[in-house]
Amino acid sequence: MHIFIPTPLRPYAEGKDAVEVNAATISEALDVLTQSYPGLRKHLFTEEGKLRAFVNLYCNDEDVRYLAEKEQTAVSTSDTLSIIPSIAGGVAVAVNRAAAADYRAGEMW
Amino acid sequence: MTRAVYDSIRAHGEETYPYECCGALLGKSTPEGWRVAGAIRAGNTRTDSAHNRYNIAPLELVRIEREARRQGLDVAGFYHSHPDHPAQWSHTDFAEAHWLGCSYVITEVAHGKAIVTNSFSLTGLTEETKQFVQESILLED
Repeated sequence: MHIFIPTPLRPYAEGKDAVEVNAATISEALDVLTQSYPGLRKHLFTEEGKLRAFVNLYCNDEDVRYLAEKEQTAVSTSDTLSIIPSIAGGVAVAVNRAAAADYRAGEMW
Repeated sequence: MTRAVYDSIRAHGEETYPYECCGALLGKSTPEGWRVAGAIRAGNTRTDSAHNRYNIAPLELVRIEREARRQGLDVAGFYHSHPDHPAQWSHTDFAEAHWLGCSYVITEVAHGKAIVTNSFSLTGLTEETKQFVQESILLED
């Protein structure tokens, strides 16, 4: 299957934006990937070997978490796996505008 | 960053005010930093708290990555707005930033008008050592 590597992980995959692996399942594909590029492992998995919470895996257009067999789902050579770190944020805290102005000089908000 | 991209992301923040806008920046890496050539608007999935939170659906990110490839570009970073708050990163922005090496652009939109736009590079080699470093935005026509 084709595995698409997101921008931040490419330095750990010799700069490649996609890697072709021979694997029967998603889990196996990730094993092959991290064996070929060991530097990717700590970015994808916790020390306990669990996929990091902010890493999303999409097999074609399907969220792997919601596939019946999850990472054990069978794949073929034409399938694609996208590794997508999450994107979120925001001001999040309610503050008044006068206080906000004090921070405009550059301090973290 | 092209002036067209700069203007478009600031306009996006004005359009969604008083809610946060968000989107992706496409470009190519250069020794001086990212050269941003395009932006793709994204929907904010945080409809429960869109005035102070943003989230881009992962499937939308998958499609953004595909579009970047189609254009021969990379995902260079992301942008969002801070309605009535400074263009500085928040604790939430930092905690939920995971695209190391990418740029996070924030625009302050005050009373519906885009004021300051700042860019922060997420530096560091790991999630544990990451930090935001402000970077200058150079505009080209």
